[in-house]
This record gives sequence, C-alpha cells and structure tokens, in this order.
Amino acid sequence: MGELRLMKGNEVIAEAAIRCGCDGYFGYPITPQSEVMETLMDREPWNETGMVVLQAESEIASIHMVYGAAASGKKVLTSSSSPGISLMAEGISYIAGAELPCLIVNVQRGGPGLGTIQPSQADYFQSTKGGGHGDYRLIVLAPSSVQEMNDFVELGFKLAFKYRNPAMILSDGAIGQMMEKVVLADYIPRMTTEEIDKKYGSWATNGKKVNRQKNVITSLEMDSLKMEVNNQRLQAKYAKMEEEEVLFEEIQCEDAEYILVAFGSSSRVCQKSVDIAREKGIKLGLLRPITLFPFPKKPIAALAKRVKGFLVVEMNAGQMVEDVQLAVGCGLPVKHYGRMGGIIPTPSEVVDALEQKLIGG
Amino acid sequence: MAKVIGAVVVDNEECKGCGLCVVACPQDVLGQNKQVNSRGYHYSFMKNPEACIGCSNCATVCPDTCITVYRVKI
Amino acid sequence: MELADIINPKNLVYKKPPLLTSTTMHYCPGCSHGVIHRLLAEVIEDMGIQEKTIGVSPVGCAVFAYNYIDIDWQEAAHGRAPAVATGIARTNPDKVVFTYQGDGDLASIGAAEILHACNRGEDMVVIFVNNGIYGMTGGQMAPTTLLGQITATTPNGREAGRNGYPLKITELIAQLPGTSYVTRQSVQTPAAIRKCKKAISKAFQAAIDKKGTSFVEVVSTCNMNWKMTPVKANEWMVENMFPFYVPGDLKDSSKNNPESYTPLKN
Repeated sequence: MGELRLMKGNEVIAEAAIRCGCDGYFGYPITPQSEVMETLMDREPWNETGMVVLQAESEIASIHMVYGAAASGKKVLTSSSSPGISLMAEGISYIAGAELPCLIVNVQRGGPGLGTIQPSQADYFQSTKGGGHGDYRLIVLAPSSVQEMNDFVELGFKLAFKYRNPAMILSDGAIGQMMEKVVLADYIPRMTTEEIDKKYGSWATNGKKVNRQKNVITSLEMDSLKMEVNNQRLQAKYAKMEEEEVLFEEIQCEDAEYILVAFGSSSRVCQKSVDIAREKGIKLGLLRPITLFPFPKKPIAALAKRVKGFLVVEMNAGQMVEDVQLAVGCGLPVKHYGRMGGIIPTPSEVVDALEQKLIGG
Repeated sequence: MAKVIGAVVVDNEECKGCGLCVVACPQDVLGQNKQVNSRGYHYSFMKNPEACIGCSNCATVCPDTCITVYRVKI
Repeated sequence: MELADIINPKNLVYKKPPLLTSTTMHYCPGCSHGVIHRLLAEVIEDMGIQEKTIGVSPVGCAVFAYNYIDIDWQEAAHGRAPAVATGIARTNPDKVVFTYQGDGDLASIGAAEILHACNRGEDMVVIFVNNGIYGMTGGQMAPTTLLGQITATTPNGREAGRNGYPLKITELIAQLPGTSYVTRQSVQTPAAIRKCKKAISKAFQAAIDKKGTSFVEVVSTCNMNWKMTPVKANEWMVENMFPFYVPGDLKDSSKNNPESYTPLKN
C-alpha cells in the first residue's frame, strides 16, 4: 500500500513522474498547470533519482526537447495548458510521425485564443482527433480525480511505450487545482543505459554500437508508396488500441432508461446529477469514458440497444457528443448540454437539461 | 632530391562534374571529361597524369568524396 | 613508374572516410554540404566517438544528413534542432550531441531555440552552414542574405527597408556566457578546409569537456540558387560574403560566470 497524501492534481503529476522512474521533464509556465514544474523544481529529483527537470524557453522548445530525449529511449514528459498545447501541436505531430513514446499533460483552460484561466473541456477535438497536421492519434486519458492524475502517469507511459506513441492526460483546471487525498505509487527505478539498449536498442538513438546499424529517428519519407506504408502502420496501431485499450466506467447504468455521457470534471458533476434524477424517479445512469481515444464506442452502442436516449455533458460547445452520436449510430436521441468560458455546470442544471432536452422532448 | 609522383582515381559514377578539383590542383593535372557518366555529369579525369604530385588538394575540396589519392617517393 | 604501380594500396594517401556511407549525396554539384559532412565524419572517426555521438539534422537541404554519416541521427522539425539536442544532451550526459543547421533553420525560424540553447550553455556542438539563401525551397531570402543580393523573394535585391538587415547571428551567439568556442570558417580551398576541420575537432572536444556550447559557422556557397558555377560561387563568396561575415574565431574560452552575472544571495 502506497503513501497516503493530500495533494493538488498538478502536484501529483510531478510526484508520480518522479516515482515512476521518469528520466526528464521539460516545460514552460502557464496557468493553471504551473504547479507541475514548480513541484518538480522544489523536489529536486535530480538529487534523488537523477531525473532531469528543465524550464524551456517556450512550449515549442519543451515538446522538441521531449522529442530528442524520447528518441534516445528515455521516459520523458511535458505539461501545459490549452494555448501551450496549441504551440506544441507541430512537435506532437512529429513525435507521432516518428513513433516516439512520451507523455503530455494538458490541464485545460477555456478558449479560444488566450481565453480564460478557468477550467474547460474545449480541447477534446484537438486531443482526440489529432490536433496537429497529418493523420495521427494520441492515446488520451481523462482523469476525473486527483488519484487518477497519479495513476494515469504510469498508465500513460505504459501505453506510450507499448505502442511507441505519444499519450496525453487530458485534465482541466479544476482537477489540476483541486486538493484530494491520493495514494501515491511506490518508486520504480529509472532504467539504466544497458536496460534501455536491451529494450529499445532496435530503434533508440543512443549511440550507434558496432553490432548494429545506425538508428535514425525521422518522420520524413519522400517516397509516397513508402509513406503510405508508414501511414498504414500507424493506422494499424490505432486500430489495435481501439480493440485492446478502451477504458470506461459505468455508474448505475444497469436499469437506466437515460444515460449521461461525461468525462473528467463534468463526469464528477454528473455523478451527483444521477442521484438527483433518481430521487425524482428518473432512471438515469452515467457512462464515463476514461480513454477518449480509443473511444468506448462498443459500450455506448450496447447501451443504445436498451435505453431511451443519451445526454452528453461537456464543458464545451459540443465535441464528444459527435463521437457518442457515431457510436449510437441509430435514431435514438443524443443531446448535448454544455457550459463554456470556464464555467462548470451544476448537478441540477444537468438534470434540468435532461428533462427539457430528452424526457420532455 | 627525392621526387614525388602521385596519381588520383576518380569514381566516375560518383563524380558530379562540379569542377572544384580542377581549380584546386596546383599542377593542372585534372580536367573535365567531354564524356558524361550515367547521370549526365562531365566527370573529372587526369588529363595530365605525369604532373600529379599526390598532394590531395583535389580530394580535399571534392564535395562528393569521389577522389582517391596515391603517392610514391622515388 | 607506371600508373598501375602508383595506384597501389601501399601508396594510398587519401580515401573516403569509412564513416561516410556509400549513399550518393543528394546535394547539387559543388555544394559545400558534402565537404562539411566529410569533415564531420573524419572528426568523429579521428576522435573515436562514433558509438556515443548523436547527430540532429535540420529541415532544409541537410535534412538527409542522416543518410550519409554512419552514426545515430534524429531529424528535427524546422528550427528546433537545438531543443531536440538539449533533450538528448540533458538526459544522456555521457553522449556527444551536435546539430547541423542551415541559415534559415538556425537564424530565422529557430532563432529562439538556438539563442536559448547557447545561453544555457548546453554541452553540444552546433554546425551552422550559412550560404545566405534558402536552398531546399528554391532560393528564397534567408536572414543572412546580403543587402542587394538577388533571391527568389528579393528579385531586385535585398533592401533593408523592406526586408530588414542581414543577421550576424554568430556575433550574437559569441556574446552569450553559455558558449565556449565560437568560430566562423569556410571550405572553399584546401587550406580553409583543413582549418575548418581543426575548428570542428576543437568544438567537439569542448563539448566532450563540458565547456558549454561550441558553435562553428561555415560560410558556404549555394551555387545552384546563386545561379553560378561552383567555382564562380566560391569566388563570389570570398568577394562578397567574407567582408560581412568575416572568417576567424569570435570566442575561445569556456562557459563561465562573468562578474556582472553574479547570482543573488538567498
């Protein structure tokens, strides 16, 4: 059993990174996630585990530092918030194209533009549909508690290395700033150079050994036929993720007639909405996607066979609702209720929306 | 006094006919061939082989590393 | 003595370094990149650091540098090579890391990354190939294009009022306390090439000795986009570029804390 602590979501990201044997963090300050780097700098992990922590000159530089370190077989992460993630989009596309494992944490704030520093879920499209140029996907994990902020660091790295693909923790300002109790993970030692050679020597650029060909990390291929093969390899990888890595949680869905679909902060609100609705006699359940990519299409399709409708609750203008509509794939009503600009909906607001848009409609 | 004689071998197919070796040669040994290689370049050759002293200037300036140099003291 | 007697392995004085791969370089005839690649291969070989050297190639003509030198390589996004190299160098302090960048990559789109990597004094080598023009995209104006120089985007010559001034970024770099060895070289003659090789060698040694960032500018030609023969391009470079980008060492010291940089006491 690990150590029990009361911590902020952002602080936990830092603590979990140190404990999971991370080799480096590269980042740039932006509200509401600056505590990630602040905590790391205060913890001085370079004295404890040898982990590197560097404040870069920009988000652009941070993501490319991640590229360089990840390409040498190291376990590295960066964190930012929405505008910073937009700046990183080019680098994330390169990392996906060059098939490198890394972890990116997005503690979302409201947009567009400079927007607001208050929490939002308006980066759903950016995170799950690519975000940068070209056909690529991130593995996207959506924590709804400080505990999951902790757990998804190691899980994110595990999936990133399994698929040699960038993974993202898509959090938001509410969970980043929230304090909750958390059970911290036990320490995992950082990998040694020899272990990295043995495990990732077939691709990692950590010095050409006499007994192997040179390793080259690139996303460039001028031959269109070969480039199409590269793309097909990526797509096969994403298809495998959709088969094997879907995570979700169902709350009171067994007898439900109506289903709320929500992730992250809004799913916390919706848990309360389910209770309120049930007190009113409405049989309501909640499906919480934990992986936003791969998206839990099958469980939603299964529910669609026996419920009367879905209400997708998001802190945006309606993004995940499109994926739910695709998963439902029939005439069943799929409605959206969202708040924007950094506002978190209240539980009763959600129940009112349910009654107006689905039950009354 | 010992005399030095040299020779260069140009990889005709690798040569792109840029002519930099021709001007780098202090002995006016090299010239550009009227013939072209399979890629259409007028590759360099020893038009005046007796004059070569094996100084390696031609190989040093060659951007395509297609010149090998030999030298003998007699 | 017959030619066949001279051309004998025992008389060999110069051959292609084994660290250069057999792949024919994609560069135009007479391009300076080929010579600079060879010098890098020779230096890495001479220093015996093939197994611990990691190169970072840019976006631009040298994007394919990874095809030609037999070491591990990473291909960086446009301008980001110094950030990529920082990531490698920081997490692999036992390795030798270098970037290979052109003028557009380093001095324009990557100006922030190069200044900050040099200012942090990352223990790495930067090879900066400055030919005053964008090669790969077809000869557009670069930050280092001379005033009056004709390019695809300055068809009547670069004009300060419209296009700004040519950027002496190496002079800026030399002022940063994080840099140790900053030099400007060229590869147009055998003597210049030998000197450039010594400079590259010294730069690698400084990085290995953890003296901070070493920066080697190589003033180069782009005869294709300058629309000249390779021989004429070398002459043009000496005549027009050298008076502005003056060859020689700009700095030869070690990363240090000058007095004016004394840290505050906490």
